[in-house]
Amino acid sequence: MLSDKDRIFTNLYGMHDWRLAGARTRGDWDGTAAILARGRDAIIEEVKNSGLRGRGGAGFPTGLKWSFMPKQSDGRPSYLVVNADESEPGTCKDRDILRYDPHKLVEGCLIAGFAMGANTAFIYIRGEFYNEYLHLKAAIAEAYEAGLLGPDACGSGWAFDVRVHRGGGAYICGEESALLESLEGKKGMPRMKPPFPAAMGLYGCPTTVNNVESIAVTPTILRRGAEWFSGLGRPKNTGTKIFCISGHVNRPCNVEEELGIPLRELIDKHAGGVRGGWDNLLAIIPGGSSVPMLPKSICDTVLMDYDNLRDARSGLGTAAVIVMDKSTDLIRAIARLSAFYKHESCGQCTPCREGTGWMMRMMNRLVEGRAELAEIDLLEQVTRQVEGHTICALGDAAAWPIQGLLRHFRPVVEQRIKDYQAQTAPRVAAE
Amino acid sequence: MSMDAKHVDQPKEFAFDAVSEAAIPAIIATYPAGRQASAAMPLLDLAQRQMARLTGHAWVPRAAMDVIAARLGMAPIRIYEVATFYTMFHLAPVAPHHLQVCTTTPCWLRGSDAVHQACKAAAQSDPALFSVEEMECLGACVNAPVLMINDDVYEDLDGARTEALLVAVKNGVAPPAGSTIGRRGSAPEGGPTTLFMVEAADGAKP
Repeated sequence: MLSDKDRIFTNLYGMHDWRLAGARTRGDWDGTAAILARGRDAIIEEVKNSGLRGRGGAGFPTGLKWSFMPKQSDGRPSYLVVNADESEPGTCKDRDILRYDPHKLVEGCLIAGFAMGANTAFIYIRGEFYNEYLHLKAAIAEAYEAGLLGPDACGSGWAFDVRVHRGGGAYICGEESALLESLEGKKGMPRMKPPFPAAMGLYGCPTTVNNVESIAVTPTILRRGAEWFSGLGRPKNTGTKIFCISGHVNRPCNVEEELGIPLRELIDKHAGGVRGGWDNLLAIIPGGSSVPMLPKSICDTVLMDYDNLRDARSGLGTAAVIVMDKSTDLIRAIARLSAFYKHESCGQCTPCREGTGWMMRMMNRLVEGRAELAEIDLLEQVTRQVEGHTICALGDAAAWPIQGLLRHFRPVVEQRIKDYQAQTAPRVAAE
Repeated sequence: MSMDAKHVDQPKEFAFDAVSEAAIPAIIATYPAGRQASAAMPLLDLAQRQMARLTGHAWVPRAAMDVIAARLGMAPIRIYEVATFYTMFHLAPVAPHHLQVCTTTPCWLRGSDAVHQACKAAAQSDPALFSVEEMECLGACVNAPVLMINDDVYEDLDGARTEALLVAVKNGVAPPAGSTIGRRGSAPEGGPTTLFMVEAADGAKP
């Protein structure tokens, strides 16, 4: 188990003062000017060496992403955009950073922004996080007041502004190019790539979009060193991660742990175990609603990191662990997710706009069992038609939960159909 | 959701009041010069909050969208597009206490059906006070099931606690937002399993 001295988010539960004075006692804003004095290249190198991978779901190496930003400006400004539009079902980790450790994020913005040659960061926070937004705004105001941000941030000579933009309740704006569209004052519809944001992002300028957690861990990485961070976790899956454990556990919670922790250990140690005991477990969605579920047999041994979960044909995603015990109607659990994706599809690409509605209606019928057995294969085929045929990954995200259900629990779906047919079959008089 | 708007009594005029006007310059200055279109969402939110403040009903009338379009130098259709795309902008009035129930899978697994039921019952018996909306994931899943009333999220609910909460809200004695069973943020019920050593760092008691 991760030791408390290696935890980054030491105010995860809001037990201490989240304002600047409290944040300083936890080490935030300590020697920031000296970190910036190392220079852009050294900072990016350190983050690369730490092995930090994006904490928002895709797991792309953060330092590498930063290195795509232009070294010399062609006259256009560069922007850092922080994705705080946390809305993946199961996920509530950025919320804790925003409300209880906002200075980690603000300091991270300065360091990351400096490293990529940006003088401005925009934080796009989901609209429903109104009270969290108030904390973030207050933290930014304190940082300006103390000279940590502004024309000479931390006395480094680097001018840096942090601005906050509230979203309007659209899940799709968590997709980076939709987020940029939204920030520009438009509907949140994803853009075709290329051009990638590093070449043409916000307002047509070079932009990097990072998740809140990715940015908030960088000051600590730079203070304690890449070696410390890469010594935690497993090869290529380094460092710590905030896990959100929800659903049928005795004590749901957020907790920061090492990547690569066994799923069972995570649940037993921190969430009080599965309701009714480990043997009462039916399935787990290990990384937010978009990743396929895993049956108990895989949960018994799987490790919680990017590569292990990918090998199990699922994913770490946002590390939001949704636990379902044997009392769960899995078909209904997935049907509700299908309704979610139908609601959140932006409507731009036909396979997603039409497919999410089709899949939702099909799943709703399967909840009752009101279907033919052959329609299971048809549903599976439709998920394949949606997956990979859209501009952004929302189509994939809508397809994968259904594929996970059919991959591991097809007999349950078949039984539901047979039960329905048995109930509704016309009675034939015995002869 | 845009379809609801045509059945609504639209006020003929809208103007930002002094309170709102005072906030507008800072909102527009958030974005680079010439990029004031970015202020469309914050101004829609400002208009909605003004409606709540002045009429008790948070919503964005068509006239407000036109005022915002003129203020930002945008075609009205650009503002209508934004207002109809984002679900947090209400195109029809909601009640003073707008009950937003999360029913997505993590909340459903922990009993959001009972919360939803309690909210629907309250809205049915007190439509002047409560309105209900079924929400997609509110992002507080380890404190499920959750209910958002206007800007505040109430957590760790069940049917009975939701009913009690709504009675308190009705009587004007709404408890502070957060867990309804005394949990500290997202820490496990009964207390954290980690972060015992940070106590020394700032002297505060966990």
